[in-house]
Amino acid sequence: MSALTAAGDLRRLVVRDLRRELRLLDGLIVSTVVPVMIMVVFVYVFGGAISTGSSGLAYIDFVVPSVLLMSGGYGAALTAATVADDLNGGMIDRFRTLPIGGWVVPAGHIVASVIRNVASAVIALAAALLLGFRPAATPAEWALTLAVVTGYVLAVASLSVVWGLLVKSTQAAGAFSFVVLFLPYLSDGFVPAETMPEVLQGFAANQPITPITETLRALLLGLPMGSSGAVAAAWMGGAVVLSLPIAALLFRRRTAS
Amino acid sequence: MNAIHSRPFTDAILARGLTKSFGGTRVLNGIDLTVPTGSLVALLGPNGSGKTTTVRILTTLLPPDGGTATVAGHDVTREGAAVRAAIGLTSQQATVDELLTGRENLELFAGLCHLGRRQARRRADELLERFDLTAAAGRRAGAYSGGMRRRLDLAASMVAAPPILFLDEPTTGLDPRSRAELWAVIRELLASGTTILLTTQYLEEADQLADRVVVIDAGRVAADDSPAALKRQVGAERLVLRLSRAEDLAHATATLSTVALSTVALSTVDHPALDAAGTRGLPPADPNLRHDPVSQEVTLPVQSPDHLRRALDALHHAGIAVEHVELRTPTLDDVFFELTAVAA
Repeated sequence: MSALTAAGDLRRLVVRDLRRELRLLDGLIVSTVVPVMIMVVFVYVFGGAISTGSSGLAYIDFVVPSVLLMSGGYGAALTAATVADDLNGGMIDRFRTLPIGGWVVPAGHIVASVIRNVASAVIALAAALLLGFRPAATPAEWALTLAVVTGYVLAVASLSVVWGLLVKSTQAAGAFSFVVLFLPYLSDGFVPAETMPEVLQGFAANQPITPITETLRALLLGLPMGSSGAVAAAWMGGAVVLSLPIAALLFRRRTAS
Repeated sequence: MNAIHSRPFTDAILARGLTKSFGGTRVLNGIDLTVPTGSLVALLGPNGSGKTTTVRILTTLLPPDGGTATVAGHDVTREGAAVRAAIGLTSQQATVDELLTGRENLELFAGLCHLGRRQARRRADELLERFDLTAAAGRRAGAYSGGMRRRLDLAASMVAAPPILFLDEPTTGLDPRSRAELWAVIRELLASGTTILLTTQYLEEADQLADRVVVIDAGRVAADDSPAALKRQVGAERLVLRLSRAEDLAHATATLSTVALSTVALSTVDHPALDAAGTRGLPPADPNLRHDPVSQEVTLPVQSPDHLRRALDALHHAGIAVEHVELRTPTLDDVFFELTAVAA
């Protein structure tokens, strides 16, 4: 099979997913309203009470990078459920008897997920700008910001597809979004890690969300990046490189019961 | 293309000794199956008999543990891609996207079978017309009735015009009218030269459509014959008698067994040997003569009106009161009782 044919198949599956997305009311709400709500809640509800500690930043500036990650990541984590739907509904049988590559179907879900969840993050960013977020990024830094958010969404979506193929049931597939939604709280993203108990500080410093958040902060606010950019890239790249072949393999193996 | 494609074959589907176990449970116990090109073979069996597993192996969705199978001349385990290029599958579960319209579904699958955009649209039009879905083409598949959904599913399996079609219980859960409509569509596909392997739980469906019926039970082939021969073997009608008193059950069974086995009219009814059967109920001599203590029913095959009269007479003379009498066509249960009796 030529690369051109595979690209065509991928495009068709991405279009299918995006069409589905636009026709599912709850999905649309998750993609558009939830990011705005999260941003409003953090800026207005928590913003007054949380001190940004030694960073000296306004809370909105401190929190925007995490909210961008959360907005994109939540929807990306739900990719597991779309995969599980295919498995349970029998669509997988149809796909597996078609003359298409085994990796194309999971890849289609991932690409569609990246498109719609980067869009969610952009909506969250627009809300942040309306609420008074004043970034100091150059065009190149904006481009890198987009790349980091896309990388994060891609990593979460890829892991999510593997999870969806493993657990099969739609309910269990949804559990992954809980982890993705919760992880940023245990990072430097919403409250300064220095205010946490020592054990959590250790966790926060070494989990992937912290360097990714710090990279975004550095890019958007013109702060020094240090090593966080490289660490973030390693986490995200590692997740993608590891999960894509596993997803392709699992898809070949899995059959609807 | 490569040489494999031109390999000639007379049997579109050929399986020998297929075995499959799931977690230590043997699901297929050596299935042999031959489907001549251009014919329709029905795989008849109850739930859990191994029908779906057989179809999944033949459509490359599941590897067999043992045995061999070729579809369109290609080995299902070694030449999966070539098999997939020659087949269409309609599985038990709906395999269309409920959020897409009928047309969008067909165009998606046509695209994934690598038809060009214009070609895909034309193919979708053709199939919508052929499967009587043109009026519903713009509606989401999720809003379709059960019968329409199955027809769309079938249409989706036909986008690449595969020479071999697998239909896994295509009419289960459909109302009689939708079933008849689907049968008409299947007959049309057969007439246009498509080879079809269909699984079903309904004897009548196999009878209506199949050139040959393969009855499977507990992962084994119990019979492989023409529908007419199978029906001859099973007998025409079943007489179901509900008794007024449960304690008459054994006596009635014993009385009827003489009627079922003998074509000679009974002259004496209170046969001493019959009483020996007692009230606990020994297994009847004819395995087709069955009784069910819960419903208080005795079932026996009847060959002729005279046979029916003799059965009722015999019970009357024995003083056994009958509450309800029903004649029905043989069911799959009857087929299995008959076939296991032959094997025993």
